[in-house]
Amino acid sequence: MSNEMRKVSSYGTLHVAEARIRNMAKWAGIIFFAAVINPTLYLVSIGIGVGSLIDANKGVNGVSYLTFLAPALLASAAIQGSSDEVIFPTMAGFKWERTFFGMRSTPITARQISLGLFIAAMARTSISVVIYWIALYYFGALDSDTAWLAMPAALFAGAAMAAVMLALAGKIEKEDFFFTIVGRFIMIPMFLFSGTFYPLSQMPIFLQFFGWLSPLWHATEIGRYLTYDYPINGPMLLIHFSVLAAMIVIGLTASFRIFAARLEK
Amino acid sequence: MSEPLIHARGLTKTYGDFVAVDGIDFDVAKGESFGFLGPNGAGKSTTMRIIGATSVRTSGTLTILGKDPEVNGPQIRAHLGVVPQQDNLDVELTVSENIFIYGRYFGLPSSFINKKIPELLEFAQLEEKKDVKVQALSGGMKRRLTIARSLVSEPDILMLDEPTTGLDPQARHILWDRLFRLKEQGVTLLITTHYMDEAEQLCDRLIVMDKGKIMAENSPAQLIKDYSTKEVLEVRFGSEKNHEMVDVLRPLAERIEVLPDRILLYAEDGEQLLEQIAAKGIHPNTSLVRRSSLEDVFLRLTGRSLVE
Repeated sequence: MSNEMRKVSSYGTLHVAEARIRNMAKWAGIIFFAAVINPTLYLVSIGIGVGSLIDANKGVNGVSYLTFLAPALLASAAIQGSSDEVIFPTMAGFKWERTFFGMRSTPITARQISLGLFIAAMARTSISVVIYWIALYYFGALDSDTAWLAMPAALFAGAAMAAVMLALAGKIEKEDFFFTIVGRFIMIPMFLFSGTFYPLSQMPIFLQFFGWLSPLWHATEIGRYLTYDYPINGPMLLIHFSVLAAMIVIGLTASFRIFAARLEK
Repeated sequence: MSEPLIHARGLTKTYGDFVAVDGIDFDVAKGESFGFLGPNGAGKSTTMRIIGATSVRTSGTLTILGKDPEVNGPQIRAHLGVVPQQDNLDVELTVSENIFIYGRYFGLPSSFINKKIPELLEFAQLEEKKDVKVQALSGGMKRRLTIARSLVSEPDILMLDEPTTGLDPQARHILWDRLFRLKEQGVTLLITTHYMDEAEQLCDRLIVMDKGKIMAENSPAQLIKDYSTKEVLEVRFGSEKNHEMVDVLRPLAERIEVLPDRILLYAEDGEQLLEQIAAKGIHPNTSLVRRSSLEDVFLRLTGRSLVE
């Protein structure tokens, strides 16, 4: 082999993402099915069922309940998809199959592994979000010209959650309680207390605290602002944006360190 | 002599108070097949990880291909093929895909890897399994795939950590044959093992390690010559009586080792020694004459058996 070929690739991150995407492709059917069935169930049961009651009562924020709900459901799906796509591969990479240690024996670095996983997770999440958005469209949940902007808002939430989960999953050596904690004490409460089904302001003030911690709430607020005439003042918008951006930066930076420490023993 | 491929002086690795590798010196020349022999926990795998530029040494100097792994980790890893103790294949992907993505980690173009895959599948005798998910392979097949995968980048140094642990005898022999071929092609091999037959088969030169230190260094044949006799007579009197017999037997042999189940008597001529014992009216339950092995060298150096 020529020395020209045996140089360290500058695209290590993308090679890691490529491997992840090949892996996901094996599950393409299931991923696609979940991406379609998930919104359908929510939209039929809550959107139409609960929505008909609420709309009979003049809707929320002056728009139909489905319009109000759409950005929240989209952001929630993005968060769920991106979290799954970093948590399970990270557990497999460090523990179940130890594939990260294989990658680490090549010129690939710990940072490239972490970032490659993140990029692959966001690629999958983008596809899920587009499918979800199309479903929302057909259910008539998107009735403004700017409705498509709910997609970038949802991806922003997905990225924030994925970055944090990447660091957290990298820390987990014994998974015994990890999945229970993430499922029951993070994902479900976040879904319920982030102003998903009603404006957060309806909650007593001490419960609004959960919303402030939640990337779902911040992304939903941005999504609502972008998709209909939902009133948010400038400083609040900046806060929503900053919280999500901070989660991405802090989560990724922490994951770089955690991955490096664990792969360099 | 040209500059060694790997050069280590005072190489040390500590984890808190525990000293895993304790100031070892060694050089490995190009094309050499170099072994680390020792029991579990001797510091072999740690040494391998440091050479593999995935673990940072605590102190000492180390150069691989003239570079310091602490500074040039990825550049050094670009020249290495690594076969870890535990397979870390992607079990969801097929045999071919595993080789492919591994080649991509080295930044190799798809065209190059795709040309390489049939050659590696043949080497690993996995042609018929190329589209099978790794999940479905036997232990021996996974091991061969891990080795094939490590060769996709045509490494200058192939590092094998306990390559045949957990394999049945037939799978071990197939693997040894494959490693022999690589050696013939001039690939530098670095092997850790706690199997003395493996070390004897594969290594031109080896270091015997125990508790992080080097106990001896030489070719397998020379180590046996230096630290043992030509032959060994193994006798058994039954676990109760073994100890009683030691004092009687000691003056007859050059050296004697008492194991829980048997007594080892070291001599140049084992049959002759057995006759001497019989002439004294001593009749062991069973007796066996064999050539000295690296196991005997290890026993001599550490007072302990390799496989405990």
